[in-house]
Amino acid sequence: MRRLDDGGSAIDRSRPLRVTFEGRVLEAFHGDTLASALLANDVAEVCPSPIQGRPRGVMTAGTEEPNAFVEVSAPWFDPVVAATAVPVVDGLVAAGRPGVGVLPREPAPGPPVEHLHRHVETIVIGGGPSGVAAAYEAVSRGHRTILVHDRHEEATLTTEGVTALTGTTATGVYDDGYVVLHERTPGHPRLWHVRARRVVLATGATERLIPFAANDLPGVMLAGAAWAYVTRYGVLCGERVVVFTTNHWAYTTARVLRDAGAEVLVVDASTHGSAMDAARADGLEVLAGWAVAAAHGDRHVTGARLTGPDGATRDVEADLVAVSGGWTPALTLYRGIGGGLRYDEGRSCFVPDGSAPDWLEVVGAATGEGLPTGPLIPYVPANDLSTHFVDLQRDQTVADVLTAVRRGLRSTEHVKRATYIGTAIDQGRTSGVVTAQIVNDALGEPQGSQGSTHARPPAEPIPFSALAGLDSGALLDPERVTSIHAWHVARGAVFENVGQWKRSWYFPQGAETLHETVARECLAVRERAGVMDASTLGKIEVVGADAAAFLDRIYTNRMSTLPVASIRYGFMLGLDGMVFDDGVAMRLAEDRYLLTTTTGGAARVLDHLEEWLQTEWPELRVYCTSVTEQWAVAAVNGPLAREVVAATATDVDLASEAFPFMTWRDGTVAGIPTRLCRVSFSGELAYELHVPWWHGAALWEAVLAAGEPLGLVPYGTEAMHVLRAEKGYVIVGQDTDGTMTPHDLDMSWIVRRDDSDFIGRRSLRRPDTAREGRTQLVGLLTDDPGLVLLEGAQLVEEPGGTPPVPMLGHVTSSYRSPVLGRSIALAVVKGGASRHGETIHAALAGGDVPVTITSPVFYDPEGARRDG
Amino acid sequence: MLLIRCPWCGPRDEVEFRYGGQAHVVYPADPEALTDEGWADYLFMRDNPKGLFRERWVHSAGCRRWFNAVRDTASHRLVATYRVDEEPPA
Repeated sequence: MRRLDDGGSAIDRSRPLRVTFEGRVLEAFHGDTLASALLANDVAEVCPSPIQGRPRGVMTAGTEEPNAFVEVSAPWFDPVVAATAVPVVDGLVAAGRPGVGVLPREPAPGPPVEHLHRHVETIVIGGGPSGVAAAYEAVSRGHRTILVHDRHEEATLTTEGVTALTGTTATGVYDDGYVVLHERTPGHPRLWHVRARRVVLATGATERLIPFAANDLPGVMLAGAAWAYVTRYGVLCGERVVVFTTNHWAYTTARVLRDAGAEVLVVDASTHGSAMDAARADGLEVLAGWAVAAAHGDRHVTGARLTGPDGATRDVEADLVAVSGGWTPALTLYRGIGGGLRYDEGRSCFVPDGSAPDWLEVVGAATGEGLPTGPLIPYVPANDLSTHFVDLQRDQTVADVLTAVRRGLRSTEHVKRATYIGTAIDQGRTSGVVTAQIVNDALGEPQGSQGSTHARPPAEPIPFSALAGLDSGALLDPERVTSIHAWHVARGAVFENVGQWKRSWYFPQGAETLHETVARECLAVRERAGVMDASTLGKIEVVGADAAAFLDRIYTNRMSTLPVASIRYGFMLGLDGMVFDDGVAMRLAEDRYLLTTTTGGAARVLDHLEEWLQTEWPELRVYCTSVTEQWAVAAVNGPLAREVVAATATDVDLASEAFPFMTWRDGTVAGIPTRLCRVSFSGELAYELHVPWWHGAALWEAVLAAGEPLGLVPYGTEAMHVLRAEKGYVIVGQDTDGTMTPHDLDMSWIVRRDDSDFIGRRSLRRPDTAREGRTQLVGLLTDDPGLVLLEGAQLVEEPGGTPPVPMLGHVTSSYRSPVLGRSIALAVVKGGASRHGETIHAALAGGDVPVTITSPVFYDPEGARRDG
Repeated sequence: MLLIRCPWCGPRDEVEFRYGGQAHVVYPADPEALTDEGWADYLFMRDNPKGLFRERWVHSAGCRRWFNAVRDTASHRLVATYRVDEEPPA
């Protein structure tokens, strides 16, 4: 194999480059692919085959390559890619990879992939003559036009008015003319999202291989590839060539190779033909009605065994066997969008049947038109078919296909799943029709009986880094922070992610551990006071003349009877009767409520309200607005909460008689207009202070300044969780899982019993929802007060059972309770509400431990502490 | 990716929308009057035709309005979209 002295339409001989392959420096030219550079430098072996470790070389000149796979490590990184798809740049470093890549531990080098969005009238996929003609035609109609070409060649594509993208692969065509393009330009990769009114597929055709013995040996190549390496890259892949063909196109290859200086023998499976006659007249040697039975050679082709009529055989010397088993329209994209196929007997291939979406057109060789006719040879017969390769990248042979059929697999879809044929990077594009024909042949069915297997996007591999684009690292997902966030950072808070929010998890002092910090914060709230940033609470304002009537339908308890300036805790259920979210409703005015939701549930609840308003009750005069980020919230909890708020110089009378539990008052705190709300998620006396978002930090600092002399501490979400669990307050989504009714949560009091309807009400009477013995919320206490159960631990009746052990439920929340000096847990247990006092067992890794079922309220069950 | 014509915003990419199942399933006037079977039928049972299907979508990353569509479930083509207060196209 060598570079010819001239020729090569794709390369620029004035721009020499150097690439490194497996440590060896190779000379190449601008315009080469890695494959053409390897061949030009007489590198025949590219990688071992994935299963059998056989030597493998370049088989094709396009992205259908089934054989020569490499890793590119510089100047960009690609874990595994066909050598035929890698454009050569100076300094390129690559090595063979047997079809499976290895990801680096460090982020791979290479620029981020930019994403572009375009709207056009016409996109043409395929830069061959048909594609270029279609693009010209579209431009002449005045269409904005994109022309996509998967090779890095520009010469033929400079057409006025056409956006020509070279080195670009259409990885998928989707509904309504949506096309994703991967532009692989070195140093400037991009991903295009194109919406086109019209998609023209000019994807051409792919040559088929013919299975014969050792047809995977380096030096066996598709005939069209041998042609392309001479004409595009000026590389001659063999000096003594056997061209093995079923059709007349390969005669062009034979002539090109001969004219480039090779000695050529044509082995034609047909017995006659005009192309054959013309070739003979032109001085080419042709064996008619012959076949290549085997390639000879150890690590490279050194010869071939030919078989002819009446059992004749002949051995010839050769260093290249160029094979053409006919041509198949390249319809991966067409199939991916649901286009139908029919079998064309003359050309022995599947062609479009005209059933594609109306915005999709197929032109040129992809329609099958113009492709050569000829027989379809499933394989060259032999006693031993174990090196007749069908899918080179999966190392699967004719013998493997026949074994699968013998075992009863009578469809190519099943054979594909048994052998993995067609599932590799190349999706079996050179061998799909061949596989189907082997199956037909084995079953004694006519050609075309087996359809081609289905194709799905991406048509060609696309790196995750290209799909991710710039959406990685800090840009992966927005971070939401409260207006008090900077203070938390300065105070050394450790944060946790709650949805997109950054919430202060705990505020360690000095060398404190998580547990030490949480114990200190919890005890401060129980004994003195603490303040937590609760700004992330979801907040929705529900406004309008029918707001009260609407909320009565949304909540299980009545909100219309709530007086202005009062607050009520409520449950929302799904239609199935299961708890959907919880929170409080504050009545701000006759026609105005403020709802709070769980931090993670705000968007879901707003969507729920909108869905019912828009689709069922459009007659209700109600508007819902998210105000989560209008209000910063500092929650002051603890027996000294009243003193703390008083010390901020508020103008609100804080006495319980004037300002009782579950009411709110407007006033000022430290000069800031504030809505004070007497709600508590700790069971202690508490004031939630709601201020306009931009006053959050000022309010917070005022509370700290007033409170710290009284022993107030800031506390985080971990302490908040412990405090609420001590009181048995559930967290929807942690202690519930979408199968819990209010009754299951031991909160029947929250479901009203009058005749009025609310969402989910009817479901509470369904036999399964109303039955006894459902999984219900309970508390659990371990015998060993120091043992903290694992959240998620399974609960069983007896210890040490033999699997499968009937499961009673699981632990949903589990903590050390500093105020109780022992561990506590919440759990859901079958029939748990009626089993308080009984002992069951928690299955832990170290063995089953006994636990006592209790009420979920561990601390202050009489609720004496909420008024301070 | 479908190109969906929101009745309020015009044609937009499918990623801006969320699917809402079968349309014109009306919330019963008096759920308590229904038998368990009747309620289960409303709650769980939906049509699943091959061919034209009236279904709900919401433009969740746009105007956040619900609307109805007619989609051919065999070809995955959206044939029409219409507002919730409009009659379905014939």
